Amino acid sequence: MKILVAVKRVVDANVKVRVKADNSGVDLTNAKMAINPFCEIAVEEAIRLKEKGQADEVIVVSIGDKACHEQIRTALALGADRGIHVEAQDGLQPLAVAKLLHAIVQRESIDLVLVGKQSIDTDNNQVAQMLAALGGMPQGTFACGVEVQDGKLKVVREIDGGEQTILLSLPAVVSTDLRLNEPRYASLPNIMKAKKKPIDSLTPADLGVSVAARLRTVSVEPPPERSAGIKVASVDELITRLKTEAKVI
Amino acid sequence: MKILVIAEHDNLSLKPATLSTVTAALAIGQPVDVLVAGAACASVANAAAAVAGVSRVLVADHPAHAAQLAESIAALVAEIGTQYTHILAAATTTGKNLLPRVAALLDVAQISEIVAVKSADTFVRPIYAGNALATVQSDDPVKVITVRTTAFAEAASAGNAAAVEPLNVVKEQALSAFVGQQLSTSERPELTAASVVISGGRGMQSGENFVLIEKVADKLGAAIGASRAAVDAGFVPNDMQVGQTGKIVAPELYIAVGISGAIQHLAGMKDSKVIVAINKDAEAPIFQVADYGLVDDLFKVLPELAEKL
Repeated sequence: MKILVAVKRVVDANVKVRVKADNSGVDLTNAKMAINPFCEIAVEEAIRLKEKGQADEVIVVSIGDKACHEQIRTALALGADRGIHVEAQDGLQPLAVAKLLHAIVQRESIDLVLVGKQSIDTDNNQVAQMLAALGGMPQGTFACGVEVQDGKLKVVREIDGGEQTILLSLPAVVSTDLRLNEPRYASLPNIMKAKKKPIDSLTPADLGVSVAARLRTVSVEPPPERSAGIKVASVDELITRLKTEAKVI
Repeated sequence: MKILVIAEHDNLSLKPATLSTVTAALAIGQPVDVLVAGAACASVANAAAAVAGVSRVLVADHPAHAAQLAESIAALVAEIGTQYTHILAAATTTGKNLLPRVAALLDVAQISEIVAVKSADTFVRPIYAGNALATVQSDDPVKVITVRTTAFAEAASAGNAAAVEPLNVVKEQALSAFVGQQLSTSERPELTAASVVISGGRGMQSGENFVLIEKVADKLGAAIGASRAAVDAGFVPNDMQVGQTGKIVAPELYIAVGISGAIQHLAGMKDSKVIVAINKDAEAPIFQVADYGLVDDLFKVLPELAEKL
């Protein structure tokens, strides 16, 4: 089985972002960047499948400007075999990303695509589903369990009321949820080895994909601010205020 | 303008999430049709026909649709979708699983989790865990949208008598098969629809200790939620997680117990009308969003609350 994992370079999860004064977007100057947490889980799952002997090759891809080489190298250090960098402007929208990945899936004859369920910057949660549609593949979204079973893929999914289990034929697309696995740390020897693993560079034009944006961002605003609250001194005071002041109980 | 709302249901009943989605649809325009795709789902169709503002209910009732797998339902929606200007679904795991697949089949963008409708082509949605709100505009011929239900009031569920029409489109497929599911059963109100929610975090220290939260929840008729830390530690099941990538809630009253208030948790509850925080750490970030903060030991506070409420 040949696995493709897509990883995205995003702002670190601990950074509290601020909106730019001109409302054109979010201010990322000097912000710490990292691999999207869900993408890291996808890489880990791919490596585990390889370690179980169920995959022969794990290819990692990232789309964006040259800076995302950092995230590709991280994935290579975690165990991916080779990387693909699609050189494009940052901030491509999900449909464009899905089309680029689709072109790579076809080029590389991929059996399983593992991606994060959503990226923590745009919070879209769309790429896996779109890619599956473009490729006529089944989708196992929000996966908390992945198992190869007689040439098919058993996926346990987190759904609103609990968990659902589905069986997918291959090739398939899976998006990872938080509890699918706990990613490993890259060891120093593996980080050094990763420097020698190949990263191919492609452009959207090479892949025959138009990446024009479909949605136009009109403005970006901070969320409504909550007025400052107060500290209460006792349970009695809390109950009284909730009853008489806030009137919620 | 012609808007299609994909009903959220379990073949037996229409979920309240659909009512909020209808409200969002009506904010865009009319007429609004509701699609009920399922198996033996006539009662859902009848419930949808009673919802205020709905013009027509289309029913695609077939065994192949029983599990509402995206591979078949998306193909179905894409087939009829070109007749509509907008296709909406609630941003539930069903809607989020389905709509991007529909959008790609129609070669259009999908707009996730809108919290406001500015006009027929302009919508507001949260990004960066809700730390920013983006207003986006689309020129696509069909706008495919998921709706954050906490941002839209539920349409009245009775009083209408829309026409119910069978939709004889069936999309059978062999790519995916339903194997089974495990759903939590609870007498408590559903987390995303409850008017009072009490959540426990890492500070609860164990799953057994959640019984202290349950006693307060019983008194308040509340739903029970949890932070990611509590779920990861195995205190409570996954579907109780409130947060950026879990459930989004906006109840009248949200009580956060032993929860520090990480950005990702706040993303799931900061639109609550009144927020109460109980934590022994006065520096916990949760106090920055709490209307009422009680800095004290939750193991002392919870029993006292349960007793005095």
